[in-house]
Amino acid sequence: MTWSSLLADLARGALTTLTVSLSGIALGTVLGLMLALVRVGRVPVAAQAVTTWVSVIRATPMVTLVLLVFFGLPGLGIRMSPVAAAIVTILMNTSVFQAEIWRAALLDFPRGQLEAARAGGMTRAVTFRRIVFPQVWRASLPALVNEMTLVIKGSPAVAVIGVVDLTRVAVRITTVTYEPMRPFLTAAAIYVVVVMVLLRAQHATERRLVARYGTL
Amino acid sequence: MIANFATVLGEWRSLASGLVNTIWICALSGAASLILAVPVSLLLVTRRRALRAAARAGVDVMRAIPFLMLLFIVYYCLPALHVRLSSWTCGLTALIAYNTAYVAEILRGAWAHLPREQEEAGRAFGYAGLALYRRIILPQILIATGPVLGNQMITLVKNSAFLMVITIPDLTFMANQVQAIYFVPFETLLVAVALYWLICMAIEWAVRGMDRVAVVRGHE
Repeated sequence: MTWSSLLADLARGALTTLTVSLSGIALGTVLGLMLALVRVGRVPVAAQAVTTWVSVIRATPMVTLVLLVFFGLPGLGIRMSPVAAAIVTILMNTSVFQAEIWRAALLDFPRGQLEAARAGGMTRAVTFRRIVFPQVWRASLPALVNEMTLVIKGSPAVAVIGVVDLTRVAVRITTVTYEPMRPFLTAAAIYVVVVMVLLRAQHATERRLVARYGTL
Repeated sequence: MIANFATVLGEWRSLASGLVNTIWICALSGAASLILAVPVSLLLVTRRRALRAAARAGVDVMRAIPFLMLLFIVYYCLPALHVRLSSWTCGLTALIAYNTAYVAEILRGAWAHLPREQEEAGRAFGYAGLALYRRIILPQILIATGPVLGNQMITLVKNSAFLMVITIPDLTFMANQVQAIYFVPFETLLVAVALYWLICMAIEWAVRGMDRVAVVRGHE
């Protein structure tokens, strides 16, 4: 197999890995924030349910979860394509970890500012949108990026249900060429680059935020 | 659905054997990587620059690639170099190597945050080299990192599920087999999830126990 066709195949796999991971992460950020708000806001019953949900999903391996979503949920009448099941799995997994990150940042938020906003006549929704969120996301940024790298590293689990991600492409090439070194080491290098780029982007954003606001 | 759960419970032997395998794989890998992480963390701070750079590169690569990727590299690439290992040896080697890198980084980070006075007081009392590390520094690092090591242990349990891909009969592998035979996927995998949850609760319970020891010893 020539280098160019090897790289083309791996690039397609990397694209699938990124598409699935980033969709899951983006949806998971929104869901995670909502879960955190339910817990921090002490919504009766729902807060307790979220606490249990977070505890269970946090303890579930991504492989087991993806099998449950793809093979198990059709039993409840929820049928999905492998790629959709992959995104749902990543969404379920990352949302509970992101919920914990948002929750930590929300619990850390200075009470004085909330009281000032109330004294200024802001409603809770406006306070959240104009005062809390713009500060909380900056404080959560390092932990969120760390979580993103964990998602990328957990994403090969979706290969188990037949999604042709970067890892699975490497396996496929090997089963055809009987030559494992190049595909696996190149695929590993692509993962390293993706994770490094994420971390670099985080450092750059942090520097810009610190330059603009003085702190994160 | 009740009938399906009855089917799953009828296969409790398979699930129990998977659970036992997952537990001992994780216990063995956890213990081995904790022991190996100590010398690796020392390499990460050694004054010999070449050695330090090599250790840093190794640890960083491990921390940037997915565990499944490492597992496949060990499983497929070593035979190409004429090293033939059983799938069990491959699985355990990969799990231990991967986890060691993370634990070594945790230990190094904790050491960097340890008050310098402790080390200086140890030196003043005539401790040096290995004795200083073993009697003064390491015990404090282990106590300080208890909760983080607990989280890493939970990550290890979750990574161990990847071993099913190379046909090691762990909990996920056995659950997948049971669901494929009886076609009761939802119920079987739900039981597997519950068992993983129990394992992780046990780890968190152990960490809380360690925290109490830490408080008794005067650490907050």
